[in-house]
Amino acid sequence: MAETMVAAPRKPAEGAPVLSVRDLCVEFDTRDGVRPVVQSVSLDVYAGRTLAVLGESGSGKSVTARSVMGLIDPPGRITGGQVLFEGTDLVQVSAEERRLVSGEKVAIVFQDALSALNPVFSVGEQIAELLRTRRGLSRREAAAGAVDLMARVRIPAAKRRAKEYPHQFSGGMRQRAMIAMALALEPTVLIADEPTTALDVTVQAQIMDLLLDLQDETGMGMILITHDLGVVAETADTLAVMYAGRIVERGRVDDVFARPAHPYTRGLLHSIPRLDREEESLWAIPGSPPTVLNRVTGCAFATRCDVAIDLCTTSRPDLTELRPAGRASACHRHEEVLHDRV
Amino acid sequence: MTASEPVLSVENLTRHFAGRRSVLPGRPATAVRAVDGVSFELHAGETLGIVGESGCGKSTLARMIVGLETPTSGAVRFRGTDVHSVRGRQARDLRRRVQIVLQDPYTSLNPRRTVRELLRQPFEIHRDLLPRKQQAARVAELVELVGLDPDHLDRYPFQFSGGQRQRIGIARALALSPDVIVCDEPVSALDVSIQAQVVNLFQRLQRELGLAYVFIAHDLSVVRHISDRVGVMYLGKLAELGSRRDVYDSPRHPYTSALLSAVPMPDPKVRGRRTRRLLEGDPPSPVDPPSGCRFRTRCWKATDECATVEPLLAGDDRHRQAFACHHPMPSTNGPATA
Repeated sequence: MAETMVAAPRKPAEGAPVLSVRDLCVEFDTRDGVRPVVQSVSLDVYAGRTLAVLGESGSGKSVTARSVMGLIDPPGRITGGQVLFEGTDLVQVSAEERRLVSGEKVAIVFQDALSALNPVFSVGEQIAELLRTRRGLSRREAAAGAVDLMARVRIPAAKRRAKEYPHQFSGGMRQRAMIAMALALEPTVLIADEPTTALDVTVQAQIMDLLLDLQDETGMGMILITHDLGVVAETADTLAVMYAGRIVERGRVDDVFARPAHPYTRGLLHSIPRLDREEESLWAIPGSPPTVLNRVTGCAFATRCDVAIDLCTTSRPDLTELRPAGRASACHRHEEVLHDRV
Repeated sequence: MTASEPVLSVENLTRHFAGRRSVLPGRPATAVRAVDGVSFELHAGETLGIVGESGCGKSTLARMIVGLETPTSGAVRFRGTDVHSVRGRQARDLRRRVQIVLQDPYTSLNPRRTVRELLRQPFEIHRDLLPRKQQAARVAELVELVGLDPDHLDRYPFQFSGGQRQRIGIARALALSPDVIVCDEPVSALDVSIQAQVVNLFQRLQRELGLAYVFIAHDLSVVRHISDRVGVMYLGKLAELGSRRDVYDSPRHPYTSALLSAVPMPDPKVRGRRTRRLLEGDPPSPVDPPSGCRFRTRCWKATDECATVEPLLAGDDRHRQAFACHHPMPSTNGPATA
């Protein structure tokens, strides 16, 4: 039961990103017509670094993650943009080629590990199956490999537990098993979609610690989809904030937390109670996040924004590059928000 | 804190659920000891926060306080009267004074009733409380109190967002003018930007109506923000109980300390500076809790004594907070802080 240090910030990434999303657009057919769920989203993932995608329900963060994995099925479809991985656009390749990348080079861990695991096979068998079908290992080799992977994600008594079924695992252990599966094929990029949301806080700390250690060992790039500002602050290097299907702000985590350049980010940061400060009442963003995405002419956040002006309801602000490099905000008043003048 | 008589007192409250009978002969049937001897007092206008991880018994505790669950032993007293032993008119009267707000108002509100009907329902059950003619006015008052749009009274629950549905749930709990509201994870299902609205609403209502809250949540930051006193539960028992400041600033039970250190801080500047104690494993099953101290299997301070002698919840001489531990964390606070 060790004392561990909250991981120190890493140096900014150098070189080219290992995975890039460019102008991704995803639509869903609904009873009320076609709804744009993700609009012109661009992201860069670097080796050994974590990009957090922060957003509330309906912001499009999970759909973005699924698009990268090629998991968008009707009634949803990707209507534009690219997912660039090792020089190929994954949106354009055949289903066969796609399969070689998804799960092998780009892996995903979901929030709900119980529904992602097959209840009728033991956890060890499920990990071993991956090693057999994708790596061509023999049954015996695959079974041993599965136990090794389970030990690597710190499942105690891995050899015995490999024979157990998912329902015999606690939530935290199931999530470890999912991480073991995702790591089995040594992915270049790991997408973690709300990996700790269903877990207790002491277990969440274990899982995030594990993910960061594994990232240091393997140098994989990570996309962390979350709504938790605390998890972002302690684990991510860069951050993209999504609202109503678009990125409204991005930048380095320390930079965005210190000086948010979008009123939505600023509002979120102010609205959470914190263990390290005391206040009479909380700052609250009025209204609710949009649930059904109607095409609004102006800024989607304008109706809830404390600094909105007339322009905001008539013209949608583009995501504008700011300094330092990588920093951007989609707000007409980003300069004033950034320098705390409004 | 007031020295007056508590509005609610929970005395050695216990709830065991019969478990599955063993298929092997001779083995006793298991019992889940969901809540196992919890005691505390709640004073008028005060908020007692209860934190703990899944399976610690906090929801069963909530259900027993409002009478949705019958205790195996122990008592819940409202102004001195045992809520679970009275019958008839007196029982109904006690029920209306202690209300509950649940986590998910989507599943706790009847989907086929409009907001107006939902808010009138309490008066249909407690018929003698308010003449029919005055009910419409009371509903309008409630709607205004929780910040709902009066034009939306004829809508159904599904037509509201999560935050608004929680406001409907709160209005319903307020309908019969209770003295105590038990809030069971009332903001956990809400989006971050909505949580603050609902937390602020709870605080405003407390100021205006003098309500006392038992505020149960797993989010330690929210509980710290809203509570005057805090109880920390682990496997059906209180591990620590004290003023908000004592418990958060100077936790004495190792579990409280580990729990607080696990909360991620929304401030990137603490990286590389803050240390955290990682507990191993998950909380054990309440079906077969560890002997002695229930936390000992995950505790880094545990000794042989912890396996044999169960530590009782008690305060030390200088401090007001009580804790159940043989090897408490050193106190970092000065003597008795309020």
